[in-house]
Amino acid sequence: MPDSSSATGLHTEEHNPALLHHFADPEQQRDAASLGMWVFLATEIMFFGGLFCAYLVYRRWYFGDFAAASRTINMAYGATNTAVLICSSLTVVLAVWAAQTARRTLLITSLILTMLLGLVFLGIKGIEYREKFTEHHVPGASFRFVQPIPGHPGQYANPRHAQIFFSLYFVMTGLHALHMIIGLGIFLWLLTMAWKGRFTPEWHTPVEMGGLYWHFVDIVWIYLFPLLYLIDRHP
Amino acid sequence: MPTAIAQPVERENYLNTKYGVWSWLLTTDHKRIALLYLLSITFFFFIGGFFALLIRLELLTPAGDLVQADTYNKLFTMHGMVMVFFFLIPSIPATLGNFLVPMMIGAKDLAFPRINLLSWYLYIIGGVMMLHCMLTGGVDTGWTFYAPFSTNFTNTKIVEAGLAIFVAGFSSILTGLNFVVTIHRMRAPGMTWSRLPLFIWAHYATSIIQLLGTPVVAVTIVLVAAERALHLGIFDPRLGGDPLLFQHLFWFYSHPAVYIMILPSMGVITEIIACFSRKRIFGYSFVAFSSIAIAVFGFLVWAHHMFVAGMSVYAALVFSLLSYAVAIPSAIKVFNWTATLYKGSIRYDAPMLYAFGFLGLFTIGGLTGLFLAALGIDVHVTDTYFVVAHFHYIMVGGAVMGYLGGMHFWWPKISGKLYPEGWARLAALIVFIGFNLTFFPQFVLGYMGMPRRYYDYSHMPEFQVLNVLSTAGATVLGVGYLLPMIYFLWSMRYGKPASDNPWNAAGLEWKTASPPPTFNFDEEPVVTWEAYNYEELDAPHSQEVPVAR
Repeated sequence: MPDSSSATGLHTEEHNPALLHHFADPEQQRDAASLGMWVFLATEIMFFGGLFCAYLVYRRWYFGDFAAASRTINMAYGATNTAVLICSSLTVVLAVWAAQTARRTLLITSLILTMLLGLVFLGIKGIEYREKFTEHHVPGASFRFVQPIPGHPGQYANPRHAQIFFSLYFVMTGLHALHMIIGLGIFLWLLTMAWKGRFTPEWHTPVEMGGLYWHFVDIVWIYLFPLLYLIDRHP
Repeated sequence: MPTAIAQPVERENYLNTKYGVWSWLLTTDHKRIALLYLLSITFFFFIGGFFALLIRLELLTPAGDLVQADTYNKLFTMHGMVMVFFFLIPSIPATLGNFLVPMMIGAKDLAFPRINLLSWYLYIIGGVMMLHCMLTGGVDTGWTFYAPFSTNFTNTKIVEAGLAIFVAGFSSILTGLNFVVTIHRMRAPGMTWSRLPLFIWAHYATSIIQLLGTPVVAVTIVLVAAERALHLGIFDPRLGGDPLLFQHLFWFYSHPAVYIMILPSMGVITEIIACFSRKRIFGYSFVAFSSIAIAVFGFLVWAHHMFVAGMSVYAALVFSLLSYAVAIPSAIKVFNWTATLYKGSIRYDAPMLYAFGFLGLFTIGGLTGLFLAALGIDVHVTDTYFVVAHFHYIMVGGAVMGYLGGMHFWWPKISGKLYPEGWARLAALIVFIGFNLTFFPQFVLGYMGMPRRYYDYSHMPEFQVLNVLSTAGATVLGVGYLLPMIYFLWSMRYGKPASDNPWNAAGLEWKTASPPPTFNFDEEPVVTWEAYNYEELDAPHSQEVPVAR
């Protein structure tokens, strides 16, 4: 490639200020970022995977106790939060589209809306945690659990096994919430960049990458909701 | 002997382009970060080695006279944690890999230079936490921190050590991520997948393991920490939890972690054997895909660490069978290296001596691994010195030999100076003798029934002779490890300047200056030749294949 090599050498001519020195062209840079993000998300899947694995083992062993414990967490909160996150996925997609098509106002609005929805999610989560706390359903010395096993009249759930359910519930939703908080930080940074008008149709990789991350965190919740809230629920 | 040429004017390179502490601590140059890593892992290597020395001194006599039982438990735990998480896991990838991956594929840097620097800082933060943990009491569970001992019983610093490993694990993930993206997206024009040096294939496979395995041990550590702090019961049988689940999650990472240590070493050995046999590697694609196969199979064998832990015999049968399957790609490599040597023009320079050492020691380590994968034998030698000897043959005889071989092979490129060849050959010999003297007696000890992790064996004094041999060997080995450090440092000041390609080796890294300029190549390379084109390089009257303009 005789003519491309001169443009890709060390002393490049005028180019996109966002293009880092070690990339040949913006396309290579975007591809690298995108692949890097997907690979990172694969590591995240493995991170949550360990917990899902533990969940599956104990759910199979202690199904009745898990069902009883699952019934005590508030499905309405969980369902609302699912709806909130799905809406936030829409606003993220809007943000990416706005960045691609140079709609600065829409970009800023969508970023702010996404963050608001994220805050609503965390708020509801906080209320839910508080309820669990007052009901003594937080694992530890003060844990109490007296609930019948669904479908087995007169039988009560083993509080120790219910405690394992709640341990997993708090670890899984807690780590998910931590990911949401990190996501809010990323979006705050995206917002300041968008405010300064740094994103162009040619370069808006951070919006796309932040969006991928946000979608991933949403998808984790999509799995957490049925696994934790909807065990053996019947009308 | 490598040739030296006089260089009247020093060219600008990555070492002399800038001076000062901040130009190093804030650098994003993969080569400088590799050197930062080199310094840090050498530091931890000597700390881990110090613990090993104390362990060997304690075992010199059957009585537990040098240290008490609790101290001994801490010694082998800290030896394992430091060596595994702070030396072996980062060793080749973070130093040689960091230095060479971009150069071998013709890139100016890794895809994410700032993330690369971040990974070093995470390593340092993890390392400082580990040092603090050691200085304020340490951990006594063994490097595997098995539950429920680690979660409910020991009163040592589990959470702090766990967090240190968690942070260091992040650093390892980021290195792997950087390599995968770099190898996919940053190859020079003409550098196709089938032209990649096998060092790159090995690092690609390693990175996949780092990416998919490390997060699992990270979440396991989170669970152990949560369990200790809040008594959740996830791993506590009294509360309905299952300690075996801990072992499954732990070994899901920690078995593949063995391949994180050995695969890069295999990559190094492949480069060295091709260069010092002056031949194209035999069966290129088999060696390349055997790396991938090891990475894939490596994820399916973890439970062979748990045969006596009370798991289902049927599951054990499957894991035993799968463990045998890993031997196939490993054997492919050994056979192909041997076939490459066959009728090669072999030179016995120091890197090649390490490669020969690797071949023999890895083969012994691998074959004894098959003993351990066999259910019947494993029951008898589990938790004996046989296991200790086996994994040291892989991790020290394999991984560290490869690391030292690679350090010698690429030292002229890294430093621009030649190391003293005579001393280097002597050191390689000392390392080989010291290693075998240390660890071969341990096979015999284990076979005779000496359990691991005992500080006092006064009820079985007949084991003393072999233990004395082992301790003597460890001393020799220590000298063998100190020597290269001394003459490498010496050569930085007094060594003869190295030419760009002192070994007349194939590979893009040899087509740039020694030491390389900051962006590796003065002009972007275009690759028009196959990997390991030694026949072409050595053909009479042939010029070295020029870098296309």
